Amino acid sequence: MSDLRYLDDVVTLTYDRAKCTGCQQCTYVCPHGVFVMDGNRAVMRDRDACIECGACALNCDFDAIHVRAGVGCAAGIIASWFRGKGGEVSCGPEGAGAGKGTSGGCC
Amino acid sequence: MTGHVTTLAGPVPVVSAKLTARDRLGGWKVRWGIRRYSYTVDPGLYALGAPSDTSPVLVTANYKLSFDALRCRLEGRAAWILALDTRGINVWCAAGKGTFGTAEVARRIEAAALNQVVSHGVVVLPQLGAPGVSAPEVRRRSGFRAVWGPVRAQDLPAFIDGGLRATPEMRRVRFPLRDRLVLVPLEMTAVAGIALAVLVVAAAVAGFGPGGFSLARVLAGVLPLAAVLAATTLAGTVLTPLLLPWLPGRMFSARGFAVGAVAAAFVLPWMPPTYSTLRLAAAALTMLAGSSYLAMNFTGSSTFTSLSGVEKEMRASLPWQVAGAVAAAALWIAGGFVR
Ligand code: SF4
Ligand code: SF4
Repeated sequence: MSDLRYLDDVVTLTYDRAKCTGCQQCTYVCPHGVFVMDGNRAVMRDRDACIECGACALNCDFDAIHVRAGVGCAAGIIASWFRGKGGEVSCGPEGAGAGKGTSGGCC
Repeated sequence: MTGHVTTLAGPVPVVSAKLTARDRLGGWKVRWGIRRYSYTVDPGLYALGAPSDTSPVLVTANYKLSFDALRCRLEGRAAWILALDTRGINVWCAAGKGTFGTAEVARRIEAAALNQVVSHGVVVLPQLGAPGVSAPEVRRRSGFRAVWGPVRAQDLPAFIDGGLRATPEMRRVRFPLRDRLVLVPLEMTAVAGIALAVLVVAAAVAGFGPGGFSLARVLAGVLPLAAVLAATTLAGTVLTPLLLPWLPGRMFSARGFAVGAVAAAFVLPWMPPTYSTLRLAAAALTMLAGSSYLAMNFTGSSTFTSLSGVEKEMRASLPWQVAGAVAAAALWIAGGFVR
C-alpha cells in the first residue's frame, strides 16, 4: 500500500527536537505517519511522505514543527495564477471525493 | 430527521443512522457534479439514536456527504453529532481553507451549549480536520478536550469501543482503487466539456482548405479528432488515476505521459488513411501532452502530494505540455492544407 509515493527531498517540513515536549499531538494528526514517538520525544520517521498539510505544526503547542502548508493541487496552483494570488493555493468549493472521509477531490 | 430529544440545553433534532434512497441518490448526483455546492445540512447539534450526557460528541462538516458518511456507520449506537458550518464543503478541504477551524469548533460548542448536553467535556474531531484546527487551542477557548478521531468514518465504531483510541492504521490516509474510482466521474465530466469546446472550434477551422470551406472536410477532420480527444480524456482522467500505483515515475505528469503513449499506439493505427502526416503528428502530441497534463491535474485529488512537490512537477512539465499543445494545434490546422 505504500507504493504510492510522491517526490523525494522537496517538502518544507522542519522539526526541532529540542523543543519537543512529547505531547504526541503530531503523531495523532499526521495522515501519513511522518512522526512517531521515540521514548518521550517525537521523531520524523518518513519526511518524504509529508504532504505539507500543516496539521502537525498547527497542533504542536511548543513551536517544534514548521512547514509551509498548502494543497498539492496543480489545478489549484494554476487557478491561483489567474486570480493573481501569487502562488497561494485556495480551494474552490469542491472535493466530492472526500465524502468517505478519506480526502481526495481537488479542493 | 425523526423528531427531537430534550436536553438541558433545549431540544436537539434526531437523525437516523439509516440512509434513505433519497440520500443515496443525492450522494450519487454530487459525485457526477450535479448541484454539488448546495448539498448541505444545517450546522449545529444533532442526536443519533438516544444519546445521554455520557455519549460521545462527533464533530463533522455540514457537507451532507460527510454528514451521511458519519451517521450511516453508527447504526444501533447513540451519539451527538456537531455539524460545523463549512459552507457545504467536506472536512479535509474546509480544514485547508480554515472554515473547518479552531474558531468555528469553539463557536459551535458554545452555541450548542455542549457543556450542558454532555458531562465528559470531550469532543471527537475528524483527523482530517487537523490542518484547520488546533486541539490545544480548542481546549483553551472552549474548555473541551479535542480528541482526534480516525481518518475513515468506518473506523468510528472500533475507535469508540476502544475508548476513543485510534490504531496507527486508522490514522493513515490511503488512496485505494475504490477511492480513485469514485473520483473518476467528476474528473471526466469536467474535461469532457473542454474537449467538446475544442471540437466545436476545430469543426469551424477544419472546413477551410484548398478551395474554400467544405462540410465533407469538417467531418473528415473532426471525427478522428473526436476519437483522439476521447482517448486523451480516457488516458488522463480514467486510466491514469486507476492505474496510478503501477505506472512508471513519481511525477503524475510522467505517469500520464506513459498512458498517453499507450493510447497513441492504440489510436493512431485507426486514423483514416487520408489523414495527413501532420495531423497524425498532431494527434500523437495531443495524446501525450494532454494525458500528461490531465494526470498532473489529478495531483489535487490524490492524497499523497505536497504543494512543494506539485510546484516542482509543474516547473518540470508544464512548459513542454503547453508547447506540445500549441504545436499540436498548429500541426493540425496546417495538416488541413496538405495531403
Ligand atoms: S506536537 Fe510538538 S511537542 Fe508534541 S510530540 Fe509533536 S513535536 Fe513534540
Ligand atoms: S504537514 Fe501534514 S503530512 Fe506533513 S508531517 Fe505534518 S501532519 Fe504530516
